[in-house]
Amino acid sequence: MSTQPDLLYSEEEDALRAAVRDLLADRCDPAGVIARVESDTPHDIPLWKALTEGMGLAGLLVPEELDGQGATHREVAVVLEELGRAVAPVPYLTSAVVATEALLECGADDLLSRLASGTTIGALAVSLSVPAGSAYSVVRFEDGGLHGELTGIADASVADVLLVPADDGGLYAVEAAAATVTPQVSLDLTRPVAKVVLDGAPGHLLGDAEPAVRRALRAGAGLLASEQLGLAEWTLTETVRYLKERKQFNRPVGGFQALKHRLAQLWLEVVNLRAAARNAADALANGADAEVAVAVAQAYAAPVAVHAAEEALQLHGGIGMTWEHPVHLYLKRAKADSIAYGTAGAHREALAELVDLRAP
Amino acid sequence: MTDAAELTRLTRELLAAHPPADTDRLDFLKARFDAGLAWVHYPEGLGGLGAPRALQVVVDAELQAAGAPDNDPRRIGIGLGMAAPTILGFGTEEQKRKFLRPLWVGEEVWCQLFSEPGAGSDLAALGTRAVRSEGGDWIVNGQKVWTSSAHLARWAILIARTDPDLPKHKGITYFLCDMTDPGVEVRPLRQVTGEAEFNEVFLTDVRIPDAHRLGEVGDGWRVAQTTLNNERVAIGGMRIPREGGMIGPVAETWRERPELRTHDLHQRLLKLWVEAEVARLTGERTRQQLVAGQPGPEGSGLKLSFARLNQEISGLEVELLGEEGLLYEDWTMRRPELVDFVGRDAGYRYLRSKGNSIEGGTSEVLLNIVAERVLGLPSEPRTDKDVAWKDLAR
Ligand SMILES: Cc1cc2nc3c(=O)[nH]c(=O)nc-3n(C[C@H](O)[C@H](O)[C@H](O)COP(=O)(O)OP(=O)(O)OC[C@H]3O[C@@H](n4cnc5c(N)ncnc54)[C@H](O)[C@@H]3O)c2cc1C
Repeated sequence: MSTQPDLLYSEEEDALRAAVRDLLADRCDPAGVIARVESDTPHDIPLWKALTEGMGLAGLLVPEELDGQGATHREVAVVLEELGRAVAPVPYLTSAVVATEALLECGADDLLSRLASGTTIGALAVSLSVPAGSAYSVVRFEDGGLHGELTGIADASVADVLLVPADDGGLYAVEAAAATVTPQVSLDLTRPVAKVVLDGAPGHLLGDAEPAVRRALRAGAGLLASEQLGLAEWTLTETVRYLKERKQFNRPVGGFQALKHRLAQLWLEVVNLRAAARNAADALANGADAEVAVAVAQAYAAPVAVHAAEEALQLHGGIGMTWEHPVHLYLKRAKADSIAYGTAGAHREALAELVDLRAP
Repeated sequence: MTDAAELTRLTRELLAAHPPADTDRLDFLKARFDAGLAWVHYPEGLGGLGAPRALQVVVDAELQAAGAPDNDPRRIGIGLGMAAPTILGFGTEEQKRKFLRPLWVGEEVWCQLFSEPGAGSDLAALGTRAVRSEGGDWIVNGQKVWTSSAHLARWAILIARTDPDLPKHKGITYFLCDMTDPGVEVRPLRQVTGEAEFNEVFLTDVRIPDAHRLGEVGDGWRVAQTTLNNERVAIGGMRIPREGGMIGPVAETWRERPELRTHDLHQRLLKLWVEAEVARLTGERTRQQLVAGQPGPEGSGLKLSFARLNQEISGLEVELLGEEGLLYEDWTMRRPELVDFVGRDAGYRYLRSKGNSIEGGTSEVLLNIVAERVLGLPSEPRTDKDVAWKDLAR
């Protein structure tokens, strides 16, 4: 690692953030998200179209000659911060990052162009809980068709194409219409998981599954940290705002030192998380030091996001426990995120190898 | 406008005129100061060139590559980090010329006579009295405590009460105190490490000329804010490599001595390694923000993070060492010149790092500052604001 990572936001990134934030302020308010996740279609497809067809954001990682934007993980990270801040129910991380990275590894140009435009949503058919480099379930490839069942597939219920690893070592593109996708009752209502059953579905061979899955999951883990940052920031900001207003014992409760110290502590964690998340995004963009940067970011991010959401609920008191208040959306997302693409513990274990701090 | 290229040129000129290999250390440092390459953001004639602060690295890198001597910033940390910016901000021309050069080259060490037995976190409650004599000099009486390096110091920054009838923040005045003057008595104060790195300082009829007052009479609290703010940001500027802090020695021990490893320690070590790396990145990010001219409040958190990490990491290290952790290097009462974490054993690091969450403002007080100034939460109800200092409960 010779060059220093760039941990700041560029002017273009700030402008991108402002545009995404404006759109989300208009189109994705917490009450709307709560109403939507109770419906049969928890995903916000109109919002997805605004982000992708309207702003071209699904193609950030895709080269321009394939109809993408030719941007980097740094810009994607900024988008994810804003989506995390809004717990937006769109398949951005799963399609525009994870599925896209798998296709980039395979050189699947046609499909990449379709994903980049946002008209096609892709989902990697590997359980959301699997960290890069770990074993994952595969289906059987037999008589030219795919057979088997995969569970915990994030955003599969809204995907048009599934990227399915098979027992012959290949990664196959399967049109969702050829599979049976059943939503599972999910802890996180805004990024639900589903069961995928294949019964002789035809698949189009994209390439070797192992390197594609590894790359996809690594990018997913690294950029998830930015989503967790946005989420943690929202919960902290909202909690601070509420505690300045809420009065008990004839004082704003935010004036009590026991709470001030907890919030100051949380602020410290969020500040640290920002540095870790920026570092991971920068490392993924530049290819240098990415394995360590991603492992560090994920080992740090999940506990912070969960802590922030848990503190937000507790410090909102009774109102925080209600369904009407959006904090539960954030708590559920944060807790599910703490499993997504590997737990903090799994990333620490990976780190032990990477930085030569081996187990006994 | 002094840019990077100009600074490189000037630095090379300095090196050519005073080759480090055959120039006396102090002479070189004085020449560097006079060339304006000491702290480039200071004004011309005061060791600087009025250049952007961020360009100091250009000079430092050039000098380091040439093997030039340095002014041992850790030994003169209080002078560099706290006295200098305060003198620059509030001093008269004469004070600046008199004090800044010997301070920077390290001929004169400084200490900070702020804390008192009755005024620590509540520094503005201080009771050391300064009374103006007929000739205009000030006569100072009182006791200061926990004064680091007072035994080495030639000068001190001192705050004292000049008007006890005003509320506590108002009647304070800031002075530069000559530590060799009659009436200044420094007594070692032994600390948990066994050493006496700090002191008690007794001030008995110490005579300070009015020319050594810094800022207006009664304006000392405002002047002291400059000192305290600089004290708290001092840590953020450093750029350290991965494993550059206290985590380094523990990680090395872990690698080299597999027989010490346990599963419990492994979990804790990895967690702290991640936190140390993240804190390092936050420091780096804060530094990049400063360089880009967009300073944020992040710096206020760094001291808090490092204090806790230093304590947890060194605590883990003592445990990791097992039987060796039962030993301590040396309990004789020494008078160290500086706090050396790197060259010392785990036991020392463990004990000394306890001071990291007290010195320069306790972690509790810093959390209050973050909550109030960064998050904008209401401050504690106050009962002392409008009461004359002399009427406060003590
Ligand atoms: C190694 C070391 C070197 C030092 N060097 C110097 C020096 O060179 N010059 C100098 O002037 N001073 C120096 N100090 C003194 C240092 O600045 C003070 O010790 C510090 O400000 C705390 O003051 P105190 O010790 O009086 O503790 P107190 O203020 O009495 O605090 C006692 C406890 O109460 C807590 N507390 C106090 N107020 C609040 C509050 N409002 N809310 C919550 N908790 C609170 C504190 O955090 C602490 O835990 C040094 C101290 C150490 C440990």
